[in-house]
Amino acid sequence: MRTLILKTASNYLLPVLLVFSIFILLRGHYLPGGGFVGGLIAAIAFVLHAFANGLDNTKGLLRFHPGFLMPVGLGLAFFSGLTPVLFFDDPFMTGLWFPEPFPVIGSVGSALFFDIGVYLVVIGVTLTIIFTISESA
Amino acid sequence: MEIILAIIIGVLYAAGIYMILRRSLVKLIIGIILLGNGANLLIFLLGRITEGAPPIIPENSKVFLEAYADPLPQALILTAIVISFGLQSFAIILVKRAHKVVKTDDLDEMNATDEDS
Amino acid sequence: MTQQLILYPLLLQLFLAILLMFFWRKISAQRIISMIGSLIHLAVSIGVFAYIWNHGTQTVQAGDWEAPFGITFIADTFAATMVLLTSIAGLAVSIFSSGSVISDRLRFGYFPIFHFLLLGLTGAFLTGDIFNLYVWFEIIIISSFVLITIGGEKAQLEGAVKYFTLNFLASMIFLTAIAVLYGLTGSLNMADLAGKVAAVENRALVEIDAILFLIAFGIKSALFPLYFWLPASYHTPPSAVSAIFGGLLTKVGVYALIRVFTLIFVGDVLLDQILLVLAIFTLFSGALGALVQNNIRKVFSYLIICHIGYMIIGLGMFTEVAIAGAIFYLIHDILVKTNLFMMSGLIYRITGSNSMRALGGFYANYPKLSLLLFIPLFSLVGIPPLSGFWPKISLITAAFESESYWSLAAIIFASFITLVVISKLWAEVFWKDVQEIPARPKFRYFHKIRNIKRIQIVVPIVFLSLVSLYVGFGAEHIQILSARISSELMDSQQYIDAVLNSQKTQ
Repeated sequence: MRTLILKTASNYLLPVLLVFSIFILLRGHYLPGGGFVGGLIAAIAFVLHAFANGLDNTKGLLRFHPGFLMPVGLGLAFFSGLTPVLFFDDPFMTGLWFPEPFPVIGSVGSALFFDIGVYLVVIGVTLTIIFTISESA
Repeated sequence: MEIILAIIIGVLYAAGIYMILRRSLVKLIIGIILLGNGANLLIFLLGRITEGAPPIIPENSKVFLEAYADPLPQALILTAIVISFGLQSFAIILVKRAHKVVKTDDLDEMNATDEDS
Repeated sequence: MTQQLILYPLLLQLFLAILLMFFWRKISAQRIISMIGSLIHLAVSIGVFAYIWNHGTQTVQAGDWEAPFGITFIADTFAATMVLLTSIAGLAVSIFSSGSVISDRLRFGYFPIFHFLLLGLTGAFLTGDIFNLYVWFEIIIISSFVLITIGGEKAQLEGAVKYFTLNFLASMIFLTAIAVLYGLTGSLNMADLAGKVAAVENRALVEIDAILFLIAFGIKSALFPLYFWLPASYHTPPSAVSAIFGGLLTKVGVYALIRVFTLIFVGDVLLDQILLVLAIFTLFSGALGALVQNNIRKVFSYLIICHIGYMIIGLGMFTEVAIAGAIFYLIHDILVKTNLFMMSGLIYRITGSNSMRALGGFYANYPKLSLLLFIPLFSLVGIPPLSGFWPKISLITAAFESESYWSLAAIIFASFITLVVISKLWAEVFWKDVQEIPARPKFRYFHKIRNIKRIQIVVPIVFLSLVSLYVGFGAEHIQILSARISSELMDSQQYIDAVLNSQKTQ
């Protein structure tokens, strides 16, 4: 399905969708959104790119295997949950917050890092699954 | 609203189990998807339906001021959706691999595990 | 730091799994990390067990959310014992898999997924929240799906389809049951549910919900009419995978059954009757199934089913002695079944076959190994003073006390058939004359592999045999332990207080 329109559009859509996915990720504190949805949107961006330009091009764009995002994301989420145990002697996954909100992003706490971890894992898992399915076809 | 949802859930469960009982592997996947959706809707329904009051705090407020929907079923459904997403994608890959190796999608012909070896 | 001691086995296992994922392509590094990690895990689990033994039930409220609202992790003696057994079996299988599983299979992330499986098991034992239990179950089954299909042989994939379908169905029924339970009570915390379910007026719906839980856990633990996935799939993957499946996966189902039916749905006479009838049929059908099989691993698969019946019969009789017997049996069974599947792997490595018709002359050729394999085989039968004997005594005593003569007959019948099956196996595999098995040119026979691999295959079998010898000869200690677990389970108020009132006591 190599149409010119989709191909041209996908080159612009990829960054837009990625930015949108990060927006959804950061929005997830008080409004609908969060790591899982954001991760799915980011994965869809790459899938769309793969539709238009072929799987190999998308892989070239990514430079590393998406499966690598899984341990990174899991590790991030794990340590955000572990920080209260290690340093504050609070129960696992207790929310820790910086007292002052940051500009643009808003309040930053361990929950944000957990969400970023989820975001990375979801991208990694989804892309790995989709690449596996489309390669073996 | 409840009665419609209840009927839909019943239909989804019935269709899902019917599909799982078929011999074809593709129908097995369809059955899995239907059953998963049925279960999610059931959680949604049993968490009691509150109209027009999402469990989300307004931006300028610290606590809920009015009646709000129970947020827990939604969290449960989200978890269940994530899990069934993983299971379904695994099922698709498994069925594809099985079809490639066994060269049939008929469960009745998959009897290598019962052979005496 | 000691407040959260009970989470350490869980966190360590998660850490190991993540660490191993970073070494995705480096198999030799994975082997070492997995073995050392499992050893540390065993040490931590022993620490947790000792702490629970001395200080009683401990709870952690994840995220510091108060008890009925947040997710609770709780370790009573039962949970701590199960975590300890998980790490013992995990260590043995970790060493065994680095020796016996070929590296073509290890390359697909065998070790990380293996540790995710152990993570799921540890989590399922430690959680005090019913939905969280569902999540751990899903982690267990997703990892087990991957482990069962790694390698992708024909029989494996076919077995996996059957395994997948029924386990998925079980999960959905479990989810449905949780949904109904939440609709009835508005709570998911097991300790909180215990009180609230008793207060629900619509008893019919509670009964139906209990049956849904029974079906869900029944499929997982391979109870009588729901066990067909097990003999269709457990003999297909590498024997290291079968070992961890056979040792622990069905036992999680049993654990969940015991937990739910001693804590949430208590005092339901009809339910106990159903459990008893199912257990009796499980004992009969599993024993008879084992009798006609020729593949060693299929024999063991049916014996798993058969011996699940012992634990459920204990739960069905629902007296303190019976449950103590069931717990003792659970402890014994995890060790022995893991060991037996590893043993089938050893036999397979040596001869290249698992069929009883083709095997023979093991005792003449390998007398020392045969003596070693004697221990798990006859522990299973329950020859005194080996470990299988003592729980059966408790169960038989309990059956006499509660005058449930059908259960008594089933217990004795199943023990007898197990004896017949194992004697037949012993005669065929160990005593029969040496058979000519056609040599397989590419197969990595035991005498062809390096010494270190041989040690890695034999050491875990020795280790588990020693542990089960301890369970047999030190039965007094295990008896005290299971009696304590049983009294804790029967008196659920202690569990409920530990969860709901932990804030006040601190």
